[in-house]
Amino acid sequence: MNQHVTAERADPVYQPTGREDVVRLVGLKRRFGATAALDGVSLTVQKGEILGIIGRSGAGKSTLIRCLNGLERPDSGEVFIEGREIGRLSERELQPLRRRIGMVFQHFNLLSAKTVEENVALPLKIEGRPRAERLARAAELLQLVGLSEKAKAYPASLSGGQKQRVGIARALAARPALLLSDEATSALDPETTRSILALLKDINSRLGLTILLITHEMEVIRSIADRVAVIDAGRIVEEGAVWQVFANPESEITRSLLGSIRPQLPPEIASRLIPGEGAETILRIDVAGEAARGALLSDLAAAVPGQFRLVQGGVDHVQGQPVGTLFLAVAGAEAAHLARVTTFLKDRGARVEVLGHVAGPV
Amino acid sequence: MSPVLFELLLRSIWETVLMTGASGIISLVFGLPLGLALVATDRGGIAENIWVNRVLGAIINGFRSVPFIILLVALIPVTRLIVGTSIGTWAAIVPLSIAATPYYARIAEVSLREVDHGLIEAARAMGGNRWTIIREVLVPEALPGIVAGFTVTLVTLVGASAMAGAIGAGGLGDLAIRYGYQRFETSVMVAVVVVLIVLVCGIQWIGDRLVARLDHR
Repeated sequence: MNQHVTAERADPVYQPTGREDVVRLVGLKRRFGATAALDGVSLTVQKGEILGIIGRSGAGKSTLIRCLNGLERPDSGEVFIEGREIGRLSERELQPLRRRIGMVFQHFNLLSAKTVEENVALPLKIEGRPRAERLARAAELLQLVGLSEKAKAYPASLSGGQKQRVGIARALAARPALLLSDEATSALDPETTRSILALLKDINSRLGLTILLITHEMEVIRSIADRVAVIDAGRIVEEGAVWQVFANPESEITRSLLGSIRPQLPPEIASRLIPGEGAETILRIDVAGEAARGALLSDLAAAVPGQFRLVQGGVDHVQGQPVGTLFLAVAGAEAAHLARVTTFLKDRGARVEVLGHVAGPV
Repeated sequence: MSPVLFELLLRSIWETVLMTGASGIISLVFGLPLGLALVATDRGGIAENIWVNRVLGAIINGFRSVPFIILLVALIPVTRLIVGTSIGTWAAIVPLSIAATPYYARIAEVSLREVDHGLIEAARAMGGNRWTIIREVLVPEALPGIVAGFTVTLVTLVGASAMAGAIGAGGLGDLAIRYGYQRFETSVMVAVVVVLIVLVCGIQWIGDRLVARLDHR
């Protein structure tokens, strides 16, 4: 056994992590003047998964993604790409490595003086591939992104969504092991965003390509990510499978980022909430996974007599898992009655919070 | 206009075209790399080196601040070293080139600086080196501006070459002074002005057409 480990260590590239990590970050720190853009970030991205990193602007997302291909140098910490530490490589040593990493940008960054196919073929030109091979590969990729007929066009004549498709084709040209997406859909309208995300998801499942994307939109995470990491002030504050983080956000920042796409108590009701006594009690119930599959509400009505009214909410599906948030008005405000309701719900795996009471029906 | 004067006019046109063309090409060959060097060595450039940048900038400013007529005379020893003589059309090409190179370098610098930094970053992210960035990004993206700037430089050179008559270089300006002005040959003066207008308009027209063709933004 000991012998075995020694043999593995002898290979300088091999990092015995037990899994196939395409990216492994250990204690990454980067300061800009007085502000810490990255304040000890550790993360792994496994082969074939889509990891979404979400945070507000200025949270450190851009610095983080740019550390992965050496466009940005961390002050301390380690960046392993396919098991190789890249933090101390020179610019020249980084160049071949960057060819293993495709990058898609918010503002596309297509060269205006080159045609669509020349843009897509550029990474291969940089690699020194012959012209015929470059053009063949460009044609193949333009087909993949559905822009074959635009091969000879210049980027200026394309729409935003088409430009990003070219950007994605270009990022894939050199057959990368990892695709970095830097707010790839932030400059696009919602419909185009959906089609670009569908394309990324398709590439991920068809080519098995590992994708790390950064965004400030939960909708992007929800659409395509397998795992999400929430970054705030240069630290990863929360990390997990997307549906679990959606179902049970632990940090304030995650809840706030989720705000726009998870059900909220309407403000007119929220403003009428009073503590203590009232005709009805408003509960917030969060259920996910197995707990959300059963007949929760009818079971509740059968087990606990009384009136229950759904005020707001619903069940959503994230990564195929039901994630629900329900705002329930329970008639009355007696402590014993409420205790029975909450106990029943908690026993069924839901999270229950008594938000307050309202004087009359809402 | 007498046949002799007409022949003189034709010769002057050729001298002006020769001076403008030769010094224009020389200023392009040296000015563009100089402009690239200014952009590359500047803060945040692809080969950042503030000291080299400052020294280059100071030299360029130095040459640009000397009036051309003074440069023409001051450079006589240099001209003699390069051409072998300090008189004539070829001799004028040396000071014209030396004046136009820093001028064009600044114009090229402005165009190159306008290239979106995101494009340079994209090329770096693809694994490109500095040479790739210059060849595939900076120069092609700035090309419309580089060509437009070259047009401006050529037109400026047409004007500057008029002063080269002071060292016996000939050219249209010299013809206008010696015949049109000093000998009251109004027809020569008018002819020179018309030729100059046609020349300048022609250069500008070709330049504009070329820019329109190159510009895909």
